[in-house]
Amino acid sequence: MNSEKLLEIKNLHKSFPIKGKLFAKDIGAVRAVNGVSLSIAKGEVLGLVGESGCGKSTLGRCILRLIEPDGGEVLFEGANLLRLSGREMKGKRRDMQIIFQDPYASLNPRMTVGDAIGEGLLVHGIAKGTEKRKKILELLSMVGLRPDSIDKYPHEFSGGQRQRIGIARALALYPKFIVADEPVSALDVSIQAQIINLLESLKNDLGLTYLFISHDLRIVEHLCDRVAVMYLGEIVETAKTADIYSNPLHPYTQALLSAIPVADPEFKRERVILTGDIPSPISSPKGCPFHPRCKHVMERCKSEAPVLKEEGGRNVACHLYYRPHIR
Amino acid sequence: MERFSLSRLFFRRFIKDKLAMAGSVVVLLLFIVSMAAPLIAPYDPADIDVKQILMGPSPAHLLGTDQLGRDVLSRMIWGARISLKVGFVAVGIATTIGIVFGAVSGYYGGWIDNVMMRFVDIMLCFPAFFLILAVIAFLEPSIWNIMVVIGITGWMGMARLVRAEFLSLREREFVLSAKALGASDMRIIFRHILPNAMTPVLVSATLGVAGAILTESALSFLGIGVQPPTPSWGNILTAGKDNIEIAWWLSLYPGLAILVTVLGYNLLGEGIRDSLDPRLKI
Repeated sequence: MNSEKLLEIKNLHKSFPIKGKLFAKDIGAVRAVNGVSLSIAKGEVLGLVGESGCGKSTLGRCILRLIEPDGGEVLFEGANLLRLSGREMKGKRRDMQIIFQDPYASLNPRMTVGDAIGEGLLVHGIAKGTEKRKKILELLSMVGLRPDSIDKYPHEFSGGQRQRIGIARALALYPKFIVADEPVSALDVSIQAQIINLLESLKNDLGLTYLFISHDLRIVEHLCDRVAVMYLGEIVETAKTADIYSNPLHPYTQALLSAIPVADPEFKRERVILTGDIPSPISSPKGCPFHPRCKHVMERCKSEAPVLKEEGGRNVACHLYYRPHIR
Repeated sequence: MERFSLSRLFFRRFIKDKLAMAGSVVVLLLFIVSMAAPLIAPYDPADIDVKQILMGPSPAHLLGTDQLGRDVLSRMIWGARISLKVGFVAVGIATTIGIVFGAVSGYYGGWIDNVMMRFVDIMLCFPAFFLILAVIAFLEPSIWNIMVVIGITGWMGMARLVRAEFLSLREREFVLSAKALGASDMRIIFRHILPNAMTPVLVSATLGVAGAILTESALSFLGIGVQPPTPSWGNILTAGKDNIEIAWWLSLYPGLAILVTVLGYNLLGEGIRDSLDPRLKI
């Protein structure tokens, strides 16, 4: 695989302040994304997995600057997106798009399908009039929708069809990179497969790069080249899909993977059950964010936060795998 | 496939709502009467007939005559025009200001929102009617001045409403997706958010028309609204007040007209609101 980096995230931070009462100070902050560093190679599909509320979607939106990050860098083809002016950013937006989770919320109910798909073409002055219509029809057939959909409204479509519209809308500018924010979580299982296959064939045809955010580990295993596991706003492990599924290193990853249901009643495996809830990201624990739930917890984990380090092609943020620094 | 099934559902509910239908009939009738005023008014509203002063209702003058012998029915028909004009222009002004103010405040948020909403609070501190009285005192009382003043003192509710809608809609995924496509703020505001915020605005504007008509009548009644000889329901009432012991019809009929009109608009507005049950919102 081509290892040229398309996107590189360095030490990205985003926290949401919790407002105090009038004139009072802010009570605290939800640290949704806490020093995340990641890179995605051209043509790669990176899966981003983690529990609900761990900051996956916030990270995806920060990359596209739909939410302004507080700090860090997002390098897209070498250019730091966070430093760009509005006009420069608009140009970059042609190259990077997003597909949302809820196909019922991601389409404007008062815009026809044609207008929705053609919006990018219009905004960037790429095509107008009959030329635009021709392109929209092309996009519709690309995502497997009938040409007469063009003048209909979103409420006339099913969830799966709407998700196809959402994909066509994102593809209209022929982007290089797409953030797929749980694109199938809101769909029926049979429809999920169709959308996943569509995303896969589009990737091959158009040479796309995906950041695939999901909590469905089976889909991630099927679709992604590499997986990043996120816990409480931090990346705890990244590795090639095959490696992580056969030999998860981080205790959290182990627990996640052992929760995948297997359709075999005879199958018995060691189930790693996590105790306790995911801690509140407002007052995340000192040291390793996972230590209150970890069964391998050591004294060191409670005071010192592990950093993501590479060893033998594997990246994991856990004290189990690294000896303390000798000073 | 059923197109526009949502609006169809709305109409089905609306037609079933008897009060809302009554309100629409009243509003519709008022429209027809105002449009056709020159055709259906039996007399010229300014026609003075000194031989017919303060005559009670009779076949010649169905609603009687006033202190100058003018036909009350004709004056009321022409007065309906004034009421309608004031209602719509004033609400149009208030709605426009309210939408722009609320949209900017709700979309940009932060300190802009804070400053703008505090300004709204300040505006709301003044009792609206006395504010209008004070402004009118400096201006020449004319129907246009009245409309503008009612408009620019009545936009605050609309601004708050629009702001609230914008606050919730700007976080919706279709807005984020437009942002991701590189759409400008103006495009997002007018093409994506505003069309989805219009239903509560419509309801509020309908109710606002009733309020504006009432305010105009009150101002005209106090003699600082529409100036005679232009007929308005309010200034017919003033004449009625002076002659209340001998000419009850001069107070009763314009009073009833105001009551029925305001009621009609309120019923219509509430009917629209009820038919647009939130569960229907996509």
